[in-house]
Parts: sequence; C-alpha cells; structure tokens
Amino acid sequence: MNDRKIRVLIAKPGLDGHDRGAKIIAQALRDAGMEVIYTGLRQTPEMIAEAALQEDVDVVGLSILSGAHMALVPRIIELIRKNGQEEVKVFVGGIIPEEDIPPLKEAGVYAVYGPGTSTEVVVRDIQEAVLGEKV
Amino acid sequence: MDLVERALAGERLAIARLLTQVENNTSFGQEALQRLYPRTGNAHIVGLTGAPGTGKSSLANQLAKAIRSRQDAPKVAIVAVDPSSPFTGGALLGDRVRMRDLAGDSGVFVRSMASRGALGGVARATSAIVQVLDALGFGMILVETVGTGQSEVEVARLAHTVIVVDAPGLGDDVQAIKAGILEIADILVVNKADLPGVENTLRALNLMLEMFPQTREQNGWKPPLLRASAVNGEGIVEIIDAIFRHGEYLKTHSLWTTRERSRVLTEILERVQEILLEHWKHQVGETRLNQVVERVLQRELSPAEAVKYLLD
Ligand code: B12
Ligand SMILES: Nc1nc2c(ncn2[C@@H]2O[C@H](COP(=O)(O)OP(=O)(O)OP(=O)(O)O)[C@@H](O)[C@H]2O)c(=O)[nH]1
Ligand SMILES: [Mg+2]
Repeated sequence: MNDRKIRVLIAKPGLDGHDRGAKIIAQALRDAGMEVIYTGLRQTPEMIAEAALQEDVDVVGLSILSGAHMALVPRIIELIRKNGQEEVKVFVGGIIPEEDIPPLKEAGVYAVYGPGTSTEVVVRDIQEAVLGEKV
Repeated sequence: MDLVERALAGERLAIARLLTQVENNTSFGQEALQRLYPRTGNAHIVGLTGAPGTGKSSLANQLAKAIRSRQDAPKVAIVAVDPSSPFTGGALLGDRVRMRDLAGDSGVFVRSMASRGALGGVARATSAIVQVLDALGFGMILVETVGTGQSEVEVARLAHTVIVVDAPGLGDDVQAIKAGILEIADILVVNKADLPGVENTLRALNLMLEMFPQTREQNGWKPPLLRASAVNGEGIVEIIDAIFRHGEYLKTHSLWTTRERSRVLTEILERVQEILLEHWKHQVGETRLNQVVERVLQRELSPAEAVKYLLD
C-alpha cells in the first residue's frame, strides 16, 4: 500500500514579520489534504534549503512582503538545486511588483501570487504542478 | 549506487528520499527496510511526549544542540510527529519552528511526520523511520510525539527512554499529566522553569509520583523529576545526563533487550493481525459482511452474535 502525500514547505525568508499570508496558505494546503511543514519567521536561504532537503518536499512556498525577494529567492533556488532537488517547484507569494515576476521566473520560480489571491487557486496550481495533470 | 547505498554513504538527499519511501510504505521502502534491518540496534531512542505546547520541540532543539557540542557526539536525528486531519488527511507540521539552532550541522537530521490516522501519538511508519535512521548511524534519535498528553503510550514501546514534559500554566496541574502517561515516564521534566508557577507543578508531580510509583517495569529505576527551561537553557545538561544514565541502567540490568523484545513481539503480532484481518475480509466478502451489519442494525443479531456467526 502506497500512502503518498504532497509535501510542501512553507517558509518566510528574510526579516519581515508579515506571516498572515504564509499561515493562510499553509492552512489552505493542509485542508486540501497536503502535508505542510511550516518553518516560521526569519529563515535564511540556507535554513530553507536544508529544511526542504530533510523533509523531501515536492514544493517550497516562500512568502515575502519585505521587498527583499530579488535578493532571497534566486539564492534559495540555487541552494535547492545544488542539493540535487531538481524537480522541487518553488512558489512565491506576497508583495511582488509586476516587473519582478519575469526575472523571478527566469531564476526558476514556478509561479508568483499577490495580495487577494484565492487559496483555491494556489491549491489547484500546486496539485497541477506536482501531479503533472489538470485536476 | 542505489538509494540505500547512497544513504549509507551519508548523502543527505538520499537519506531524505529513503525516509519518504519508507514512510509511504512503497515496495522499494519495504525492501530497503529489510536490507537495513541487520544494521539497526545501535541507536539510543528517546521519546519526548507531553501535553501540547509544553515545549517538546524547544527541548528537542536544546537537547540536540547540547549533545552535538560534546566531544565524540553521536549523530542526532529528530523525528517530530504532528496530527493529520481525520477529515482531509492533510497536516500542518510546525515543530521545526522551534528547531532553528540545529540548521547547518550535518550531524543532525530533522524530519517531520504526520500521524496519518494513527492515534497513539506516533505514526504507523514512525517505528520504521526510526529503524532506518538507526541503521544509517544516528546514535541518538529523539522522537517527539503528537501532544495530547494522554494517549502517547505507543512511544513507550518505540523508545528506550521516555521523557514526559510538563509545564506550568496549563491550568489544573494534575490534569495536565494523567496517571497513564506518568507510567511510561523514565524521566519527568517540568519545562518553562523561567515562568512563575514551576514550584506548584513540581509539587503536584512529586505527589503524583508518590501516589503512583513506577509501573513500567518493576525494576527499581526511579524517574528523576527535573526542572528545565528551553528558552534559557537551564537544566538541559541534567536532562542529557539523565538520558545517558537511564541508557546505562537499561543495559546493566539487561532491560535494553527486554524492551526491544516486547517491541518486536508487538510489531510481529500487529502485522500478523493486519494480514489475517485482510485475508479474512477477503474470504468473507463485502456483500456477506454488509448483510450481517444490516441484521445487527435490524436488531436481529447482537454484534457479538454477528462475530460468532461470521467466524463459523
Ligand atoms: C497587516 C500588515 C502588517 C502587520 C503584520 C501582521 C502579521 N503578523 O502578519 C504589521 C502591523 C505588524 C505590519 C508591520 C509592518 N509593515 Co506591513 N502590512 C500589512 C498589510 C496591511 C497587510 C498584510 C497582510 O497581512 N495581508 C493579508 C494576507 C493574507 O495577504 P498576503 O500576505 O499578501 O498573502 C496573500 C498573497 O500575497 C499570497 N501569498 C502570500 N504568501 C504566499 C506564499 C505562497 C507560497 C503562496 C503560494 C501565496 C502567498 O496569498 C495570500 C492569500 O491571498 C500590508 C499591505 C497590503 N495590503 O498587503 C502591509 C505591508 C506589507 N507592510 C509594509 C511595511 C513597510 C511594514 C513595516 C515595515 C511598517 C513599519 N515601518 O513599521 C512593518 C514591518 C514589520 C515587520 N517586522 O516586518 C509594506 C511593505 C512594503 C514593501 N514590501 O515594499 C506594506 C505592503 C504596506 C505598504 N503599502 O507600504 N504590517
Ligand atoms: N517561557 C518559556 N516558554 C517556552 C519554553 N519552552 C518552550 N516555550 C514556548 O512554548 C511554546 C510551545 O513550545 P513548543 O516547543 O512548540 O512546544 P511543543 O510541546 O513542541 O508543542 P506541540 O508540538 O504543539 O505540542 C512556544 O511559544 C515556545 O517558545 C520555556 O522553557 N520557557
Ligand atoms: Mg512540537
């Protein structure tokens, strides 16, 4: 019997303390049947990559409202890939200006979400990204 | 090299993926466990249990950090179990929030686990995960249970040493720790000693200990009652000393193997039970089973009569 579950790491890199969005997303994913590892605030890129590795997650979700995403996100992706987790999908949410989205995607981000995003959309996108099919 | 060999060589991604295979009970995971089993038996397995929010994760963080700072420190693994939702099967695993000090130490491996429907404070696969970590050379394995404070007796079967954690400010101090959980304690810790009310909690526990003397094994080990604070580090060294002392005690009184024997026996019986039940269900068939359920619902049969009828 195989009991596979989608495993997601939700992390808040950098110094901002805005954690409502991260918590709402974490709960929504749990309610959608996923196993969500929440790391809490003020995580360094190294800590996030290490947690993603040890927990063998399918998805890393980063919540950033401080404006530091251009410095943090590419570094985190680089570390995750260096650890050999090629297929882990990285989702980013928070306050991300429109013009930063293309370079973030360039750096390997799977999708970016701003204020007011419906959690149902996030759930569906993650299921699609991991299971590789329309659900 | 396959995943097992890479994990044995210490590759962390391989360890993580192997744990997933074993947790998910895939056929590869089952085979891997069989290959690794001969290498198990070296780890000191320590359970951390107690009511929600008493500081189990924070203590695991402090204990692992302090053990790792010693000379000739063993590699330390932490397996932290949180509950799965019975309705959606999802889980929010938040124990890592308290374990930030362990980041960057390659001699530490932290893994969160959802209980996936099991009720005894650990998941069904926790024992298998612990066996893998044992085989991979983690000399100390801390298992944090789901915090309900009452029914984590499963961890007593899994662990050599069980630490029951209490804290002041959980309302009725005697309620916070039930007699049943006291019985499995090898070490009792009152955490949050930096907060007011510790003395009351200590006094209440002392009373409980006098009222319910140790029953896990009539062996003369008297569970020490220790005070600690996971925020300022008070009492951490004393807990570690107690863990090692208890390990020595088990070994010198040949209880180490006694515990293992009873764990192995239970594991075998549980597996047999599972397989026999599946087999039997298949034999009886769903239709017949449902018919009998219907008759019980109609009060034609009592549940006991139904069982007798089905087994005939
Ligand atoms: C509430 C709030 C606070 C609260 C935070 C409480 C808390 N614990 O979260 C408090 C009052 C503490 C606060 C403080 C500050 N704040 Co403030 N705050 C806000 C505010 C008004 C709302 C944020 C919020 O909670 N939204 C609700 C949640 C649910 O939405 P969300 O986080 O955006 O999440 C959604 C999506 O973005 C997405 N999402 C988010 N994360 C993720 C992750 C993944 C994986 C996915 C898939 C999706 C996803 O899905 C969520 C659901 O739709 C915003 C303005 C705004 N309208 O966004 C400013 C704002 C974020 N704050 C701001 C600032 C500047 C500050 C302060 C620095 C102010 C100061 N000078 O002191 C401090 C910093 C505090 C700190 N330590 O970091 C700025 C940031 C500017 C920037 N980035 O350039 C903002 C944008 C206000 C502004 N317009 O200037 N703040
Ligand atoms: N004052 C004080 N607070 C503590 C101490 N240890 C833990 N805490 C706080 O107590 C809360 C719960 O701590 P955790 O370590 O998450 O407790 P836990 O038993 O693992 O909780 P669950 O896993 O949810 O059952 C957190 O806010 C900690 O910061 C302590 O020694 N003193
Ligand atoms: Mg915990």
